[in-house]
Amino acid sequence: MSTETEAMFSRGTSDYKYGFITEVESDRFPKGLNEDVVRAISAKKDEPAYMLEFRLKAYRKWLEMSEPRWPNVEYPQIDYQDISYYSAPKSKQKLESLADVDPEVLKTFEKLGIPVDEQMRLTNVAVDMVFDSVSIGTTFRKKLEEAGVILCSISEATKLYPELIKKYMGSVVPIGDNFFAALNSAVFTDGSFVYIPKGVRCPMEVSTYFRINDKDTGQFERTLIIAEEGSYVSYLEGCTAPAYDNNQLHAAVVELIALDNAEIKYATVQNWYSGNPTTGEGGIFNFVTKRGRCAGVNSKISWTQVEVGAAITWKYPSCILQGDNSVGEFYSVALTNGRMQADTGTKMIHLGKNTKSTIISKGIAADFSHNSYRGLVKIVPKATGARNYTQCDSMLVGDKCSANTFPYIEVGNSSSQVEHEASTSKLNEEQIFYFRTRGISQEDAVNVIVNGFVKEVIRELPLEFAAEAQKLLALKLEHSVG
Amino acid sequence: MITIKNLCASVEGKSILKGINLNVKKGEIHAIMGPNGAGKSTLAKVLAGHPGYTITSGEVNFNGQDLLSLEPEERAHQGLFMSFQYPVEIPGVSNIQFLRIAYNANRKARNQPELSIEDFEQLLDQKMRLVDIKPEFKERNLNEGFSGGEKKRNEILQMAVLEPILALLDETDSGLDIDAMRIVAAGVNHIMNKEMGLILITHYQRLLDYIKPDFVHVMLDGKIVHTGGPEEALLLEEKGYDWLIPSEERI
Repeated sequence: MSTETEAMFSRGTSDYKYGFITEVESDRFPKGLNEDVVRAISAKKDEPAYMLEFRLKAYRKWLEMSEPRWPNVEYPQIDYQDISYYSAPKSKQKLESLADVDPEVLKTFEKLGIPVDEQMRLTNVAVDMVFDSVSIGTTFRKKLEEAGVILCSISEATKLYPELIKKYMGSVVPIGDNFFAALNSAVFTDGSFVYIPKGVRCPMEVSTYFRINDKDTGQFERTLIIAEEGSYVSYLEGCTAPAYDNNQLHAAVVELIALDNAEIKYATVQNWYSGNPTTGEGGIFNFVTKRGRCAGVNSKISWTQVEVGAAITWKYPSCILQGDNSVGEFYSVALTNGRMQADTGTKMIHLGKNTKSTIISKGIAADFSHNSYRGLVKIVPKATGARNYTQCDSMLVGDKCSANTFPYIEVGNSSSQVEHEASTSKLNEEQIFYFRTRGISQEDAVNVIVNGFVKEVIRELPLEFAAEAQKLLALKLEHSVG
Repeated sequence: MITIKNLCASVEGKSILKGINLNVKKGEIHAIMGPNGAGKSTLAKVLAGHPGYTITSGEVNFNGQDLLSLEPEERAHQGLFMSFQYPVEIPGVSNIQFLRIAYNANRKARNQPELSIEDFEQLLDQKMRLVDIKPEFKERNLNEGFSGGEKKRNEILQMAVLEPILALLDETDSGLDIDAMRIVAAGVNHIMNKEMGLILITHYQRLLDYIKPDFVHVMLDGKIVHTGGPEEALLLEEKGYDWLIPSEERI
């Protein structure tokens, strides 16, 4: 590839337009983690006793665990005592509505393109906005309430819906599941809670927008979505952070539960700051545990992710297919450039009969980045008639990046079917030249080729976000005009 | 239409074109023949603007413009078309999508209104009949899994859609059986008109049985060493190229 083309591809992250910092006075804990900090978080949130117990149990578990070293990524040792575990914009009074929120914070979300003003109704989307450690507010609450749908911050939910929280929190991702899940269970500060009652089709898209603003704070959010029998919800999360020169930790836990005949679609557009593209300095460590349980018969959980940010990504949105005939899907685009490293994929655990899973993974690696797909398809002996289809495609841009695929397949019976297809291609100068000789500009050529490569995933996104995601990919891979 | 003067080009420091002179007028068909490695394909790529080649000297005037100063896409907008010897495969991009983007990119550059999906499909259907390409090729990914002949036919389809004023066909006949070649040649003859220029780069004479050139040039070691009329092709077929090499260089 010519130096010109190479330069074009490497400009991506220097144009990170979400890298600004909002000047707000914040209420922040000093750095460090111990049992008192865990208690202080719980006290700050005015949590019921059961939540404190949950946290302390997780904290003690975490102390005994060690950081996983098996992912195909390299990063310096994280000093867990050098992180602040709570940061919130200071407010003078208790927040009653969005009108009470610091205008600077609201402006931040507006700048990020999040419709905070319901009057604007740009999109038919209800939003929960999480700024550092706290939820700033949710929109369209009333409209959702009319349908019986609950969208609130997880902090509120621990107080308002203790029965649901007690029953489901930690039921999909147990507190000791892994090092980062245990840490999150101990120190999570906010996140979203969504509950769809029996037979209800959620009238609008529900989404959470995560923004890390503070320099020394880790973000530990927790999301719980419960879809009762015969219900349906489509949920989307977006993430951005300022461009700091230090690494910041983001360790989230997301749990989804779909009961009989329920369906949850969960989409992520992750665009955390990914660090300096040349030096690799700064950027978010994105260590996330996302898992859904298809608890009921004929239930369905579908993960769609567009991952274009973060310095290090370690993330495997998974499905436990417990109910007979349940369906799990994973559609992923992971783009790495600069010095980014991603180890991402999914786990499909087939427990019920005739369960079905589909995995479509598209990895794009550019510059000096490393992009790995890691996936497990497990079919237990009693999950007869189970089926899986996996397609794993990688695209390399330039010759200094790498792409790897680590598929693990365990099949416990003879009536199940597993298919795995994989390919690696190279976005090369000849392809771009071919387009140009037909009158198509270099930028459009890259857009068309990359979007062609990822289209099976993009079409799974809610319509409003598909175009955004395409634009984001284009922006990451080439210099935007003007 | 196009005037090439003393064009020299190199790749990775190695000189390939060593002073090409060529003049193509409206309505003319020129064939460039020569053995492998003579620089025929390089000439086509250099004219189309391939970034891998360095122009060391010479000039090219295309319709009053300095061709070499234009980006590849600008050359296309000016009406230059090159059919590739080895068209690349583009997974995930359908043939119709690609053709419409290309068609509209050219329209836009020429300040013409873009065509809607429906109108474009109509236009495409008509062009596909011209080069005898089955309708299912519209939805297939661009060149992906196409046979050699299908790729070549698809190139001619692109030419039919883009309606260039100068077309460079690089080894369009290679890899084609006789039936496929007849179809491709019929398509080219149909597209060709008196406002257009055509440069055929070919290894063998047989394509010239179907597309009659006005001039036949012989290229050897980066230079055009001989120019003649259509009868020349048969002569070359019979005698080969050796007799054209200056005697002092013959081994």
